[in-house]
Amino acid sequence: MIDTLVIPLLKILIVLNAILVAVTFMVLLERKVIAWAQVRLGPMRVGPHGILQPIADVVKLMIKEDITPVKADRWVFTIAPMLVLVPALVMFSVIPFGESASLFGREVTLYIADINVGLLYIVAVASIGVYGIILAGWSSNSKYPLLAGLRASAQLISYEVAVTMALVSMIISAGTLSMVEIVNAQANHGVWYLFIQPVAFFIFFVGGLAETNRAPFDMPEAEQELTGGFHTEYSGMRFALFFLAEYANMIVVSTVATTLFLGGWLRPFPNVEALAFLGILPGWCWFLLKTFVFLYIFLWIRATLPRYRYDQLMRIGWKVLIPLAIANIVVSGIFKVMF
Amino acid sequence: MFETITFYTLGGLVLLFALLVVSTRNTVHAILFLVIDFLAVALLYASMNSMFVAAIQVLVYAGGIVVLYLFVVMLVNHKRPPEEHADPNRRNWVGAAMTAAVLGELVVIGVYASLRPAAVSASTTTIGYVEETAMVLYTDYLIPFEVASVLLLVAMIGAIVLARREL
Repeated sequence: MIDTLVIPLLKILIVLNAILVAVTFMVLLERKVIAWAQVRLGPMRVGPHGILQPIADVVKLMIKEDITPVKADRWVFTIAPMLVLVPALVMFSVIPFGESASLFGREVTLYIADINVGLLYIVAVASIGVYGIILAGWSSNSKYPLLAGLRASAQLISYEVAVTMALVSMIISAGTLSMVEIVNAQANHGVWYLFIQPVAFFIFFVGGLAETNRAPFDMPEAEQELTGGFHTEYSGMRFALFFLAEYANMIVVSTVATTLFLGGWLRPFPNVEALAFLGILPGWCWFLLKTFVFLYIFLWIRATLPRYRYDQLMRIGWKVLIPLAIANIVVSGIFKVMF
Repeated sequence: MFETITFYTLGGLVLLFALLVVSTRNTVHAILFLVIDFLAVALLYASMNSMFVAAIQVLVYAGGIVVLYLFVVMLVNHKRPPEEHADPNRRNWVGAAMTAAVLGELVVIGVYASLRPAAVSASTTTIGYVEETAMVLYTDYLIPFEVASVLLLVAMIGAIVLARREL
């Protein structure tokens, strides 16, 4: 009873809350990092150094008026934000935050579920998130959101292909689809897959930027040409759901990249005995640290790179990343057979 | 007992949403119901321990093909109700014939399957795992698998030829 019901429910509760809190503080971190990059201070008013800004933001968004346009498709308009957010949150169920920890004399695994097709599950659920964006654009019954929705869906479909193919070559190295087993395989190899599959990592990371609609691929919400993108007609909490989903997706991409390419909960250089003192930090600390590095790089890129033009974005996806991913699969396969 | 309840509940949901797909007037709503229907089918697979097939069902059908449907419908949809034809029953006999054909095929498959023991024993718990599926696909069913991929290749080349008027 306790093992099959209470502990999993507690884990789900903790992970969901941690993600939502992390998302609100990611927004603050983003504003701060970009401000520092531009030699500004960023939010400073609410609390010391603006640390309470997220709480003020959430309160503001909750008490704002929630408008539905008269000519909008009411049903679809309402469920579209949920269709974006729910897949983003559901993906965390197969992320291994650590191996296991003993809590009150009970051995608890630090992941919600370890299913045999974990990685496929993530790819499958991620592909559902596209609906929210297209439908939000369509149901608003307004031309800019519709254009942005079409753009977004074309972009997501294109980059999904490249990312999935990059993951295939990663799987050839790991020999399993289970997220926990992938980390264990890296422990057995004694090296992070970042060093075995650098090309796959590159494609995954670039594709991850595009799939989360982050700069330099933030075409779907290009303010200057689309007045805000697919969520132009949304306001209040429903608008906030889109933002929650975007940041939750960033965290998902970071955790997946950590698990697949940076050895998950393993310490750096897991096979070097001289670095055994690094084991003083528990596995989940290493995991969170690596995830944070990825999230910081996301913000860093946003502060540094200009936005691509739409045709350039499509050309990179179809003419560079996908051929590269296919070549990488072939090379990985040859290496796997030969060695 | 529990399995039976799950099966019939999910089966009922699949049929319900399939009915909604063909009965609703708004094409975008119909596509949304189709997505829910595919997700229910994926749950049905998952409840039978076929996690791999369930994940592929979501990835290929719900997440891939239907997105393209939605694309097409959004580009042609003018939110105008379909025009009334002079004779609304003109294609009824075609529909009846096709329904009868599909129904007949299902009955034949059902009878055939009940007479003959299953080719792959369903008792193993690892039946839905990637390794097992791949092993069966690349040994026992290699030729059907390759024929299916050639068929898809033909469709792909055909689509390219149709889309590019001059080659």
